[in-house]
Amino acid sequence: MNIVVCIKQVPDTTDVRIDPVTNTLVRQGVESIINPFDAYAIEEGVRIKERLGSGKVIIVTMGPPQAEKALREAISLGADEAVLLCSRAFAGGDTWATSLTLSQAMKKINPDVVLAGKQAIDGDTAQVGPGISCHLDWPQACYVSKIREIEKGRAVVECLMETGKEVLEVELPAVLTVVKEINEPRLPSLKGKMRAKKAEITVWSEADIEADPEKVGLKGSPTAVNRTFSPPRRTGGEIIQAETAGEAGKILVGKIKELQIG
Amino acid sequence: MLEYFFTEEQQMMIDTAREIGEKKIIPVRAQYDEEQAFPHDVFKAIADADLTGVYIPDEYGGCAGDTGIMNMCLVTEELSKYCGGISLSFAGTALGTLPILISGDDEQKKRWLPRIASGTLAAFGITEPDAGSDAASMRTTAVRDGDDYIINGTKLFISNGGEADIYSIFAMTDKAKGARGCSCFVLEKGMDGFTFGKKEDKMGIRASCTRELIFQDLRVPAANRLGREGTGFMTAMKTFDNSRPGVGSQALGIAQGALDLAIDYARQRKQFGRPIIANQGLQWMLADMAMQVEAARALVYATARWIDAGAKRPTGASAMSKCFASDVAMKVTIDAIQVFGGVGYTKEYPIEKYARDAKITQIYEGTNQIQRDEIALALIKEAARK
Repeated sequence: MNIVVCIKQVPDTTDVRIDPVTNTLVRQGVESIINPFDAYAIEEGVRIKERLGSGKVIIVTMGPPQAEKALREAISLGADEAVLLCSRAFAGGDTWATSLTLSQAMKKINPDVVLAGKQAIDGDTAQVGPGISCHLDWPQACYVSKIREIEKGRAVVECLMETGKEVLEVELPAVLTVVKEINEPRLPSLKGKMRAKKAEITVWSEADIEADPEKVGLKGSPTAVNRTFSPPRRTGGEIIQAETAGEAGKILVGKIKELQIG
Repeated sequence: MLEYFFTEEQQMMIDTAREIGEKKIIPVRAQYDEEQAFPHDVFKAIADADLTGVYIPDEYGGCAGDTGIMNMCLVTEELSKYCGGISLSFAGTALGTLPILISGDDEQKKRWLPRIASGTLAAFGITEPDAGSDAASMRTTAVRDGDDYIINGTKLFISNGGEADIYSIFAMTDKAKGARGCSCFVLEKGMDGFTFGKKEDKMGIRASCTRELIFQDLRVPAANRLGREGTGFMTAMKTFDNSRPGVGSQALGIAQGALDLAIDYARQRKQFGRPIIANQGLQWMLADMAMQVEAARALVYATARWIDAGAKRPTGASAMSKCFASDVAMKVTIDAIQVFGGVGYTKEYPIEKYARDAKITQIYEGTNQIQRDEIALALIKEAARK
């Protein structure tokens, strides 16, 4: 069984800061890591392979050349191969263009199942995983907390819902996005790290995946970001001090009138 | 602080051990210390990360390369920064493996080393109630009976005792010959006549198991004897030459871990309106601690690298690395408690455990008095050769 795991390299922080001048993410001084939710997808992919005793786990990411580091780390965690979708044409893609790009790569790889984290911790959209399945017209199951059964052409999964769990039987190939409840990712092993160091990373551009350059990256993105900003920090507020509650109330009413919000 | 020019593989070993320390050891070390339980889950993580093979040759399932002893020291040191007791599951296994590496034939190496490399615990048994530092006066006997030996006796204070599956033990095959009548055998847990006695209730390294081994008419095939009959004592001495930098690295890790905690605490703790690290008296204490740790590290690494390079007579240096590093660990951990002040004396903070764990490194694999004997003997021998 060929298992693809789609991952994203993200800044190592859940407290993403935005440069007030350029309105872009502050990446300086922030280390890049594998999106933590994707780490669960990698672990699940490796576990499926181990359980079935055959097949391979292929990691796919779209990103700049530096994303190779995340791919090598994924190999150290038990993946077999890695593909980097890297081209200037892919830059600036929104979730539509990104999922389209990834879906083109899926057509080339022809996997039995695609796994991904439920969302990335920087963008938090949770759209790219499901987007891949939409572009391919494959089934999808999101927020998967357990893969009960998996075999060629079919899987039974448990999905975490707000009020409980939903058990779904899905035809494969499908895209499954996973939540952290699904497993506990292993630590990288020494032999894994050595393998990762030597591994060849496949790099594909738009031509390699037969993607229309007009439909990927910024050009292919229907979403335009007009402005990104950090909301102003809330200040401490004012505590009204008075002899009695009645007096404090009067002062408060006065202030409300002053601000013309009353 | 200093640059020691590790190979890329060694840096990976250190990083891997660090990740285990941070993610798997820190959350559980206080509990294992309190309950004096064996950390099987952490040892499994160490094995899953392939660290159990760092001192085992590649052809027997490990990844020692040409730097087995240095690798063993680096991993022991890194794990010991987090817990000197949990790290003993790894280091004690290495000690039990060394006799096989030193005196085992190819057949024996194939039998046991791949299992150890993939995560089977091992142990080393020489000490007896009446044979501590005076190992040559051991009473355990192995009497030849056809293709087998019949072993009788007890071993005391055996690290990983009862938890390990593979044991390298020493017994007298010819008492009349004294040290030359000692032989080394590999035993496996579950053999008829092989049982375990009292578990020690210890001051430190409580996350390790120290237990008595009892042999009652234990029948072991001659194929389990390492080396020729009568070479056991030599195997033991060579094992100590290789393992003492390992104890040194355990002490070094404990000392470095305590120093790191002391520095962190001194930067956070405020008295008289400023962090206590702003006091010169305390700065000088930390500087002295750091100097000693770094000197111990240099000695441990230099010895380990010399052994890996094929040193003929490393006994004196091995003894120095163990003795110096363990004396440093004792001093540095006690000073670290002083940096913490009152809270350092409580079990709320991890620092007192470092001092309790450090103490054993001055005692086991030869007390530091015995180490000084070894060092002096090496000096005399060297002078006599001139």
